[in-house]
Amino acid sequence: MNRPLDTMTLTVNGQAHSLPADPSRRLSEVLREGLGLRGTKVGCDAGDCGACTVLVDGAPVCACLTPLAQVEGRHVETVEGLQDTALQQAFLRHGAAQCGICTPGMVMTATAFLSEAKAPTRADVEEALGGVLCRCTGYARIIDAVLDVGQSHAADMPDAGKAVGADVPRLDGAQKVAGTEIFGADHVVADALLVRALRAPSAPMTFAFGDITAWATARNVHVFTAADIPGRNRFGVIPAFADQPALAEGRVRLQGEAVALVAGPPEQVEQLDLKSFPVTWMATPDSDPVHEAHPNNTLITGKVRRGNAQDALSSACHVAEGAIQTPYVEHAYIEPEAGIAWMEGDTLVIQACTQAPVMDRDETALILGLPQEKVRVIPAATGGGFGSKLDVSLQPLIGLVALKTGRPARMTYSRSESMATTTKRHPSQMAGRVGTDETGRITGMEFDGDFNTGAYASWGPTVSGRVPVHASGPYYIPNYHAEARANYSYQPISGAFRGFGVPQAAILQETIFDDLAKQLGMDRLAFRRLNALQDGQDTVCGQTLHGVGIAACLDALREPWHAALAQADAANAEDDIFRHGVGVASCWYGCGNTAIANPSTIRVGLTAEGALCLHQGAVDIGQGSNTVIPQICADAVGLPLSQFQIIGADTALTPDCGKTSGSRQTYVTGSAALRAGQALRGRILSMTNMGTDASLSLSGTNLIVSDGKVERRIALQDLETDAHGYVLSAEETYDPPTQPLDENGQGAPYAVYGYGAQIVELSVDMRLGTVKVNKITAAHDLGRVINPGLAEGQVHGGIAQGLGMALMEEFIPGRTENLHDYLIPTTGDMPQIETIFIEVPDPEGPMGAKGLGEHVLIPTAPAILNAIRHATGALVTQLPALPHRVLAAIREAQGQ
Amino acid sequence: MSLYHRPETLIDALSLLQSGEMRIVAGCTDLFPATEARALSGPIMDITNISDLTGITETKDGYRIGAATTWTDVIRADLPPAFDMLKEAAREVGSVQIQNAGTVAGNLCNASPAADGVPCLLALDAEVELASAKGRRTLALSNFITGPRQTALLPGEMAVAVNVPGAACSGVSRFRKLGARKYLVISIAMVAARLGIVDGRIETAAIAVGSCSAVAQRLSGLEKMLVGQPTTPDVLDEVTVARVSAALSPIDDIRADAAYRTEAATELVKRALEDLLLAEAIA
Repeated sequence: MNRPLDTMTLTVNGQAHSLPADPSRRLSEVLREGLGLRGTKVGCDAGDCGACTVLVDGAPVCACLTPLAQVEGRHVETVEGLQDTALQQAFLRHGAAQCGICTPGMVMTATAFLSEAKAPTRADVEEALGGVLCRCTGYARIIDAVLDVGQSHAADMPDAGKAVGADVPRLDGAQKVAGTEIFGADHVVADALLVRALRAPSAPMTFAFGDITAWATARNVHVFTAADIPGRNRFGVIPAFADQPALAEGRVRLQGEAVALVAGPPEQVEQLDLKSFPVTWMATPDSDPVHEAHPNNTLITGKVRRGNAQDALSSACHVAEGAIQTPYVEHAYIEPEAGIAWMEGDTLVIQACTQAPVMDRDETALILGLPQEKVRVIPAATGGGFGSKLDVSLQPLIGLVALKTGRPARMTYSRSESMATTTKRHPSQMAGRVGTDETGRITGMEFDGDFNTGAYASWGPTVSGRVPVHASGPYYIPNYHAEARANYSYQPISGAFRGFGVPQAAILQETIFDDLAKQLGMDRLAFRRLNALQDGQDTVCGQTLHGVGIAACLDALREPWHAALAQADAANAEDDIFRHGVGVASCWYGCGNTAIANPSTIRVGLTAEGALCLHQGAVDIGQGSNTVIPQICADAVGLPLSQFQIIGADTALTPDCGKTSGSRQTYVTGSAALRAGQALRGRILSMTNMGTDASLSLSGTNLIVSDGKVERRIALQDLETDAHGYVLSAEETYDPPTQPLDENGQGAPYAVYGYGAQIVELSVDMRLGTVKVNKITAAHDLGRVINPGLAEGQVHGGIAQGLGMALMEEFIPGRTENLHDYLIPTTGDMPQIETIFIEVPDPEGPMGAKGLGEHVLIPTAPAILNAIRHATGALVTQLPALPHRVLAAIREAQGQ
Repeated sequence: MSLYHRPETLIDALSLLQSGEMRIVAGCTDLFPATEARALSGPIMDITNISDLTGITETKDGYRIGAATTWTDVIRADLPPAFDMLKEAAREVGSVQIQNAGTVAGNLCNASPAADGVPCLLALDAEVELASAKGRRTLALSNFITGPRQTALLPGEMAVAVNVPGAACSGVSRFRKLGARKYLVISIAMVAARLGIVDGRIETAAIAVGSCSAVAQRLSGLEKMLVGQPTTPDVLDEVTVARVSAALSPIDDIRADAAYRTEAATELVKRALEDLLLAEAIA
């Protein structure tokens, strides 16, 4: 075969295909773009994530690393070749898919493994799946599923009135395990233009374009720059702080900032060498302010002041202080940003991965000079978000191309493009002091933190606001002074990442607490329990709280805590190379926006044909709102969950449910769903003149209302249809009742808080500085558990991210823009996790429910650092606790 | 459309190589990650369809690992205990997906300072067999890799096999890799050790360390100290930071600092040897 190849023959899922293709092309590209088999996902194009795993002659390989030529004459199997296998059923049953982007790769890898493995152990499965990264699940339920193939069976769907609290498999799970879910890169329209961005090689710099027209003409492509933007070339998630251009105007503030777009036929555009683009770069001094309006680079300072912290500390019996430094942390969702835009008449439609469709619509409309109603955003399934997909990324870019050319326009970020240009967790430098009286009661605390918000504001103001509110932890602290500054730099943009700065602050506070317990000679858990916020006590913002669950969480941990301590002591008695330690830390977190409106609106209706439709606009990025919101609504209406059809999210079809952020969807959108469901039920009951206890059933086009004695029937076809197409419907809005914070940060920033605490058990290799986390016991107060399986999935995933933050994750701009230099936990890095759910009902939350999504990450890193110190005597103060840092801290603690 | 050749015989491959410069590819697990392009560029010669280059065979003087042999092939091959370290390393190369595609020779030709296979093959006294249309030559692995990402390959030449001489196929061996996570990880330091033990004494010692210098290195000073020593636990005292670091030149990077690397390498050498001595004592 000593000739260049051009027509390739390959067999995929038993079917032979002949297609003209470059033999050196990545198999992943040929499967997705050549054969339209988009179940195979691309996460990194480097073999680092395994999302593109397919089987070649039964063996798993990364399709992104396989040149097409190598599969000629061989059998390729993709997820499309699996038809509801026992493994896929087990994935669904166990909640092994959250966002679903890694699921096809996981399923294919596990399929190959199970075809050879006999009686596999958990460790065998961990090793087999070690090459597929998942950022959502923490892997436990994936491994459970692989070990449970063909064993247990799915529970039946709950009866009417029994949906809340039922372990319902996610309602959108079938398409995730089948690989048919449509993510940002998966919706393709014929003749779509491919869009690429020209990005700044470094920053700060100014730039000037040369003869763009000649360059574009010679290559038969379109080029767009800031000059082509018809609207306001400035966006930002918080309108008052909007400072980021969609395409830079003469000056770039971070490496990777987009300055121009190139669009054209895919085969043309993908081959372009953008280095030939006519642009001249000129470095500018990095001592210049990042934004002229902020000469000292301070974007904003957040403060909370209550009582007199300084006096309290000077008169305290015991005072401990500390300082902690944390790096940029990357969200590392497996799906890089992707989407497509097209025109429908004069409406611009954008289908892209997102956490905030209405914000995307509004910002894109502003940038493109369109009225909001002329932009429709259809969220694609989002392959992980964790906060970063709250900000627009490519939406205005593909929107601009579609608007200007009238043709569909697609864009998919490369892994490095995604990592370099989208938001990160804020790097922080924090210091603080905490004092107690002689009994161990905390009398005062000071906190001071600098948070590097990067080149643009993004969520910097939110971080500087949330941190002082939360840096006390869920404890009663009468005298408190906390300040957090968000500072600009010529570096990647820091934005929202699960917890908005609170996970960083908790590391400082919880490690100082261990110092205080030591000074006091108190048990560390008992010290926290003594100071835990009680029902009716005031927070550091002066807000009187009810339904406070932290004490219950700490009480639930008492037994595991003492067992863990005893076990560590016993292990340490016979080991000096490995030292075993136990740590604990707590969390609290206010759900929803901080002291500003963030309403959600839910519509539910019945059609004349008897379809029960829930317009559910809360974007499900894997956390489960597509399941949890219907569960709440179903019980509010009193009809079985299985009869609901879920519509949305889509700005044209669903009312605004706000953004998936701030652990707010279960609480805020859930409250709207509860009210909408109750309103619909109320209408039905009043139409039939039945009491509140009556039961409903929907049978064909008849709605039957019965109280056991009387049965009344509504013939839906006899009713008038409203503007939304329903004969009976309700729409309700819920907005959390909060009060603005005054200049001292006093007020009621959130209406609902969630609480939790975690115990970490780990071993430290005293000669290598390596840390192995063996077990985490997590007690979280959810108020009311709407869906225990999904909630546990959140706990596992949050712990995985907290563990990564503690031990391995450090984003270094310009250096770690890939998933082999930037490490996130693999199957082999996760501990056994025991989850304890506490239900202290919140008076405001729907059916008592509180938020959970961000809470679960907060205690993990501080509990790990506290456990490392318990094991070794050494506190690591610079994260992550990489082996060399742990060993250096041990040496320092040992006085060497 | 790139020129993509996939010869079926070595003769064809060598004559193609003579006809012009082209990139030799096998598992592509290093080449694709180095580009964001949808396809590999330039003239390419893919050697994975040459049956003579695949698999491990016992020869009259040792073992021959064909250039297109994958890490999975290594894991599944029936090999003497001297190769245990290579099998252990094979299981730590990336992931199962990478092991199914990546090749032993590719690992050498890519010449990363953190190449998982290099310390083991150094400790196996491996030689790289090179061929061109003009003929064949064999280089000791330590002479084949000349620097980070640099080899002694000449234009028109390709690696066809990695040979392990019979003398090095004896003894017992261990591989230890240290990284910041369990799977899919680039090592901070790694150690391969092979000991020949006769009548309670160390007769031969081959120890190599990777990720602690531009090219993985044998610890010849330490090896000399160990040879002739009894296999008692005291022998581990010979493993000192000074002896381990003598051959190394670690750097600070994102994964660890240089001082830590030296210490970790020393500890890993100790642990690998301790394992081997313990196994010997039990046997």
